Amino acid sequence: MTDTDNKSIGYYLRTHIREYGMVVALVAILAFFQVLTDGIMLKPVNLTNLFLQNSYIIIMAVGMLLVIVGGHIDLSVGSVVGFVGALAAVMIVNWDLPTVFVIPACLVVGAIIGAAQGYWVAYWRIPSFIVTLAGMLVFKGLTLALLGGASVGPFPSEFQAMSSGFLPDFFGGLIEGRFNVFSMTIGVVLAALLPILGLRSRAKQAKFAAVDEPMAFFVAKHAVAGVAILYVTYLLSTYRGLPNILIIMALLIAIFTFITNSTTLGRRIYALGGNEKAAKLSGINTKRLTFFTFANMGMLAALAGLVFAARLNTATPKAGLAFELDVIAAVFIGGASMSGGVGKVIGAVVGALIMGVMNNGMSIIGVGIDWQQVIKGLVLLAAVIFDVYNKNKA
Amino acid sequence: MDTILEMKNITKTFPGVKALDDVSIKVERGEIHALCGENGAGKSTLMKVLSGVYPHGTYEGDILYDGGVQEFKDIRDSEERGIIIIHQELALVPLLSIAENIFLGNEIAENGIVNWPATFARTGELLKKVGLKENPATLVTNIGVGKQQLVEIAKALSKKVKLLILDEPTASLQENDSQKLLDLLLEFKAQGITSILISHKLNEINRVADRITIIRDGKSISTLDARAGQITEDDIVKDMVGRDMAHRYPERTPNISSEKLMEVRNWSATHPLHPERKVVDNVSIDVAAGEVVGIAGLMGAGRTELAMSIFGKSYGTDISGEVLIKGKPVDVSTVEKAIASGLAYVTEDRKEMGLILEESITTNITLANLGGVSERGVLNDGAERSVAEDYRQKINIRTPNVGQKVVNLSGGNQQKVVLSKWLFAAPEVLILDEPTRGIDVGAKYEIYTIINQLAADGKGVIMISSEMPELLGMCDRIYVMNEGEIKGQLAAKDASQEAIMRMILKA
Repeated sequence: MTDTDNKSIGYYLRTHIREYGMVVALVAILAFFQVLTDGIMLKPVNLTNLFLQNSYIIIMAVGMLLVIVGGHIDLSVGSVVGFVGALAAVMIVNWDLPTVFVIPACLVVGAIIGAAQGYWVAYWRIPSFIVTLAGMLVFKGLTLALLGGASVGPFPSEFQAMSSGFLPDFFGGLIEGRFNVFSMTIGVVLAALLPILGLRSRAKQAKFAAVDEPMAFFVAKHAVAGVAILYVTYLLSTYRGLPNILIIMALLIAIFTFITNSTTLGRRIYALGGNEKAAKLSGINTKRLTFFTFANMGMLAALAGLVFAARLNTATPKAGLAFELDVIAAVFIGGASMSGGVGKVIGAVVGALIMGVMNNGMSIIGVGIDWQQVIKGLVLLAAVIFDVYNKNKA
Repeated sequence: MDTILEMKNITKTFPGVKALDDVSIKVERGEIHALCGENGAGKSTLMKVLSGVYPHGTYEGDILYDGGVQEFKDIRDSEERGIIIIHQELALVPLLSIAENIFLGNEIAENGIVNWPATFARTGELLKKVGLKENPATLVTNIGVGKQQLVEIAKALSKKVKLLILDEPTASLQENDSQKLLDLLLEFKAQGITSILISHKLNEINRVADRITIIRDGKSISTLDARAGQITEDDIVKDMVGRDMAHRYPERTPNISSEKLMEVRNWSATHPLHPERKVVDNVSIDVAAGEVVGIAGLMGAGRTELAMSIFGKSYGTDISGEVLIKGKPVDVSTVEKAIASGLAYVTEDRKEMGLILEESITTNITLANLGGVSERGVLNDGAERSVAEDYRQKINIRTPNVGQKVVNLSGGNQQKVVLSKWLFAAPEVLILDEPTRGIDVGAKYEIYTIINQLAADGKGVIMISSEMPELLGMCDRIYVMNEGEIKGQLAAKDASQEAIMRMILKA
């Protein structure tokens, strides 16, 4: 469209600084640690670990984003992670129930836990901070009760596969150390598919009105993203291939990006968080939506609990401790607003990755856990200050 | 008699609006001076200039008070000189005690440590002065509005008041509480305290005021002396409303259907917090296709409450009554159902309740009818943009781009976005609550044109407005509402501001 020519790339970047600023920050942090760790950061094995270590945070950040966009908060997710892990361990190890039954059952339990908390928030208007603080205590206690204070494990291999398995190479068998052709193929297809989908949506938009994003910027964005995808999959393929958990995560991110961007459900959640009264007076069932975001959060917390238990190969009473803080921090670093109505799924994911890369990088170079906490705290504060500063300037 | 206050040639401009235009007022020491004018005439703005809410330098003109020109920087400044203003919305902290409220920010304390015995003793004296029999330790939330008003006055007295300004003090009071308050004013007068009383209630003004200054459209019109002889309400009303009404409203030839499009029968609702207060009391109204029906009344008459309780029970409890559309009873128990029945309600407060300010024009316009731009729950981006684009052109929303955040638009354009939202929901009947509040004259004209177009398209329009000329200029029929009840209705040809005012005051 001709209209796009008038506006410079600089102008577009300035108005979208928050969206791309975080990605740039992530890349900068990665590069920083790549240098500081003498190249260990982006070694295939470390990259694989990075995804495995942060998978459960990312899974929950996606759900937390909806809760926070809706104007609430969920402090109970860490405890739910521990509780569901314990529940899975008891069902599988102590009761010998089959994995194929336990996994869906645990997800349902998670959804019920979320729904139970969402009920008080949505229909009784009890502040979510209080309801989920109560939930946090309750499920921490129930975890202890369920495990009797001890760890339960180990899990059968099919359960572990969820978290520590890799996509088999259908093109060449599963041999460690060999290049995983199938995984690489997925990367190539994905890198090709994204610009095609992007172009299609641009064309659709252009039919009705001018496209905001300058073409040059669109090309550059997809070029960078494509190279990044190819490079990451290449690295992973030289190790053991794409981890199963990465596939699960990618699917969740895709689904929730779609829900938030393209469905009436997503739109209504943003409206609810943006101005609840206006949303209500526009015929939106705000209570049911709030209820849904919590039920969804509970289910994702349960998934994270299963993933975490599978990764440790045991359920411990300490599992999930303080996870909620990492998850909430990730969402806010990713640009969500405390007052609701603002935030993107991809932002929350990038926020979680920033935290993850910093954890990982600082551990490699030997920064103690004490200073790691201090630095992470300051990064969270800086990200939010950056947000507020940008908003005031505009 | 000497003059305690003279405000000379005060002019105050806000971006795009001249709120006060060369206003002058003279108040004599020891009198009760009433300030009259319609909503939006500039009374409150004038008092804010006087009390330093709008500091010296933000207005033109001089304030002569107590013998010299004053340049108040803020409220504290004017309070030190004995000017105390009691605002329409009470500024009390509900969960603090009466004593704590009275001395809030002005505590009887030494080195930051409050002297409670002295505070309570002094509060007791003040309460006696205003005739309030309450324990100083009682929480403000536990006493009624009338008594809260007295607490505000006691608070003013605690500050050595010379000039007391009351902004519609009786607006939310019951009759006997109002009388008590007015008696109190007369008592103060006997003690030598000067008062400025802003009020809509002409009978009250007649009872207590010595002189009356009338403001209209930001200009001082006249000062009447009530001591010389009896001033009639008609004298006041005439000066309040006499303005040129030609060409402020677009021409329209009504084409009103003989059948009723919507009927509301015996509608009642009570206040959500005070179950004994019936805010809407047995109201029956109707509107035909192609008709613009107005609801006139003062603030707090129950008009918004009526509209909101009809629209999905969004206000009040214990709602009873019946809504019929095209003769058939419809279910309006939730907003969703009300919309489905063909109703739309454009809220009085567009920022608080109408718009999602941080979202785009597009998002706001489609919000009440997402089904219209989606298929099986998946939004069609393109369709959405084209809908927004369509309304942008049709009703002239001035913006380069429908992706623009609503918060960046002017009041008039924001109002057009809200209207677009409801037009896209394709209702049969639109209830417009103060559709032109806070927007400039040009945008008002455009909104009027849209309203006329709606009527011409066979919709029913119910228009709630506090600006009487607007109702007279736009409506085919006007209901007059006061204290939750419909006091009567007037056909366009019989309606005048005087007639409406009389109907309101009849009670």
